[in-house]
Amino acid sequence: MPLLEFTDRGIYCPPAGVYLDPWKPVDRALITHGHADHARWGHAHYLCTEAAAPVIRYRLRLENNLQTVRYGESLLINGVQFTFHPAGHIPGSAQIRVEHQGEVWVFTGDYKLEDDGVSEPFELVRCHTFITESTFGLPVYRWKPQQAIMEDINAWWRQNRAEGKVSVIAGYTLGKSQRILRNIDTTIGNVFLHGAVDNILEIFRAQGMALPATHRVTSQHRKQDFEGALVICPPSAVGSPWIRRFLPYSLGIASGWMSLRGARRRRGADRGFALSDHVDWDSLNTAVRETGAERVYVTHGYTEIYTQWLREQGLEAHAVQTRYEGELSEIVEGEEKTHPDPVEEQENTTPGGTTA
Amino acid sequence: MKNFANLFTALDQTTKTLGKIDALVEYFRQAPDTDKLWAIALLSHRRPKRTVNTTLLATWASAQAGLPLWLFEESYHVVGDLAETITLLLPPPQTASDESLTYWIEFIRVLAPLTIEEKQIQIQAAWSRLDHTERFVFNKLITGGFRMGVSQQLMVKALAKHTGTRDTILAHKLMGNWSPDQTSFSQLLEEEQHDISRPYPFYLAYALEEDVATLGTPEEWYAEHKWDGIRGQIIVRDRQLFVWSRGEELVTDKYPEYAVMLDLLPDGTVLDGEILPFLDDRPLSFNHLQTRIGRKTLSTKLLREVPVAFVAYDVLEWEETDLRERPMHDRRTILETICAQPNPVLRLSALVTFDTWEALAAERRRARELVSEGIMLKRKTSPYRTGRRRGDWWKWKIDPLTVDAVMIYAMHGAGRRANLYTDYTFAVWDQGQLVPFTKAYSGLTDDEIRAVDRWIKQNTLERFGPVRSVKPELVFEIAFEGIARSTRHKSGIALRFPRIRRWRQDKPAAEADTLDNLRLLLDER
Repeated sequence: MPLLEFTDRGIYCPPAGVYLDPWKPVDRALITHGHADHARWGHAHYLCTEAAAPVIRYRLRLENNLQTVRYGESLLINGVQFTFHPAGHIPGSAQIRVEHQGEVWVFTGDYKLEDDGVSEPFELVRCHTFITESTFGLPVYRWKPQQAIMEDINAWWRQNRAEGKVSVIAGYTLGKSQRILRNIDTTIGNVFLHGAVDNILEIFRAQGMALPATHRVTSQHRKQDFEGALVICPPSAVGSPWIRRFLPYSLGIASGWMSLRGARRRRGADRGFALSDHVDWDSLNTAVRETGAERVYVTHGYTEIYTQWLREQGLEAHAVQTRYEGELSEIVEGEEKTHPDPVEEQENTTPGGTTA
Repeated sequence: MKNFANLFTALDQTTKTLGKIDALVEYFRQAPDTDKLWAIALLSHRRPKRTVNTTLLATWASAQAGLPLWLFEESYHVVGDLAETITLLLPPPQTASDESLTYWIEFIRVLAPLTIEEKQIQIQAAWSRLDHTERFVFNKLITGGFRMGVSQQLMVKALAKHTGTRDTILAHKLMGNWSPDQTSFSQLLEEEQHDISRPYPFYLAYALEEDVATLGTPEEWYAEHKWDGIRGQIIVRDRQLFVWSRGEELVTDKYPEYAVMLDLLPDGTVLDGEILPFLDDRPLSFNHLQTRIGRKTLSTKLLREVPVAFVAYDVLEWEETDLRERPMHDRRTILETICAQPNPVLRLSALVTFDTWEALAAERRRARELVSEGIMLKRKTSPYRTGRRRGDWWKWKIDPLTVDAVMIYAMHGAGRRANLYTDYTFAVWDQGQLVPFTKAYSGLTDDEIRAVDRWIKQNTLERFGPVRSVKPELVFEIAFEGIARSTRHKSGIALRFPRIRRWRQDKPAAEADTLDNLRLLLDER
């Protein structure tokens, strides 16, 4: 019997009786990180890292059924050893290492190798079997270093400021927003946050994350308050009435998909910044190689293509169907919509307007 | 090429018209005249001849990137653009290049006589000298299909701002047969030209979306049937005939019937009208004309079965004088004099007489039986304008035919739609089987496209490269302008202008239309 198997509820560990990032309700769920396609509603018991817990507790309204572990802390369930290791994807994100009778499997969840300044940096974990995402598992995806992208964002912000425009940048509330905020040059101007972004940020601040000062956008703000400012909002706010208060503004979108011209043009943004929290082609290959794995399961993304590539590299590789939404780029970008958050929506309601 | 690459980036980074014009004006200010000329040529769809085929480019690029060809092809399906795929896959450049746009265009042109091996050496050397954007522009120059998100009209506006010449005058100067090799920037724009084949820019109508009564009183308008052929311009000057299609293509040779124009029209005449197949005094459907398009040689049989006439509806030049500023009713009077003698090849587009909008609406309802696409409305006082403009000319098309069909295949789109499944193949029922009969790839909203894309990814049965077969579950209403028999299609029918009208989420696949329903609509002419 394999140590982990792919079932219609999620990735299951038979000897331990637990699931990893299951997509249907189960008794015991081990969660890699708080994004909606990995941390879902309805499980009886949750387990995640201490760092990821506050956000997951907040998003899923969990009370006493969430247990936490520290990175690297060993957890024994029915003789199977589980440890969580930094995945570098977003703050608190983890890969889950599973060891039983000398056999080691690693499930990555989502991950990236570059240190982004807010997430616990990716830790390479050697294993026999590696279950990897492939969201950007095509050679056309090769990220520029974070520093270079941040310089592009800073230059864009400065130019907008000089032209009397507000800079509105859209990125996931969880992960991308903190990363942008932590790394931009806040001497350029004020930074405003959409309520959904601010809610998550407050949680991280309470956890001790050092972040520059920001302002939450409220209906009390007047137009002139936003002059020359940078506004960080979720992708779902793009095209909503909420965003009109910043006119005239320039819209930037921060996402790995922005490295393709077609995707950039489709989103109707003024600028696309190819800033991703997933491994690109080169680092995906590096990760697979350095884990030393002899068998690789490829999940969400360019699953079949990347599997074929690995086979040609002499590895045993299998494509697996999951409910993680790597390839469904446009849907993931609308993450807040698929799992409506009553608190966030309520707080973003503007007088006379609709929810963002 | 730096200037031009910067222009490209600037255009790519703004979605606003004014921003694009500013970027172009800035480019015209900086660039040398030879580069400017090429930029104008590229933005008015005049491209250097293709000297390397795309399969070879793909092979060389994947070799240089150290990737198998199949992975290159998969990448291409995702990116949706060959030039961009090559750009993204190649390793970073080793050195830099300072050469001009003109240099690189010349570089590509002189490849023509070289052997494949020599071409490969040249191209790969170029790739390793050009940075990301320059490389993309270079690849675009080789592969053709150069689109920069700038229409010709917008380019002309920017050029007008740069030169101080009126845009309508510039638009006319840029029409017709010219190539950057045979002219210069100053010759093209400043000197009086003596190109007797040069056509006028076409005036294009917008579709009428509002109630027709919003146009005012019927007396202000001319109405004609909207003929379903190819828009064309007939020029007779210096005892020579030139026929231009709307795509600015010189098509004189394709319509030998028009030789008679030299007998019918004096020098210094330019007519605007429709190239239309006509048999026994009746127009034929566009489907017939299609059998002539693209043929290198026209057989006597084809000329006999699908003879072509020119249905004239405007006169732009008469007695060597440009009439475009004159009101439509003056031009119409002149046109009627020109076409006074009935001729089977040169026909006057008849006016529809009507006193009320209701009467015109009734005539429009007869359009399909008259093989017209609906009604054209032209303001009697209107000048002949340049390009697509609102206000004076409207096309009031008939409602399309529709059919409910099941999606069975989906393919990645290209360009703006790359990486999304947007091109669908539809089927109807025939004896319990689903028979594919058309493709369509427009008509859904962005939200619907995303939802359908997601559904396709979750309901794929099989993958064949860029194409996926999907569970036959989703039903769409397909609208189309015409339907004809076809031996080239398995279903035995071919649709004209098929597009998706709406997603029938209320309808199960079993209730989609049948092939028999479609055959009932067949145009028997």
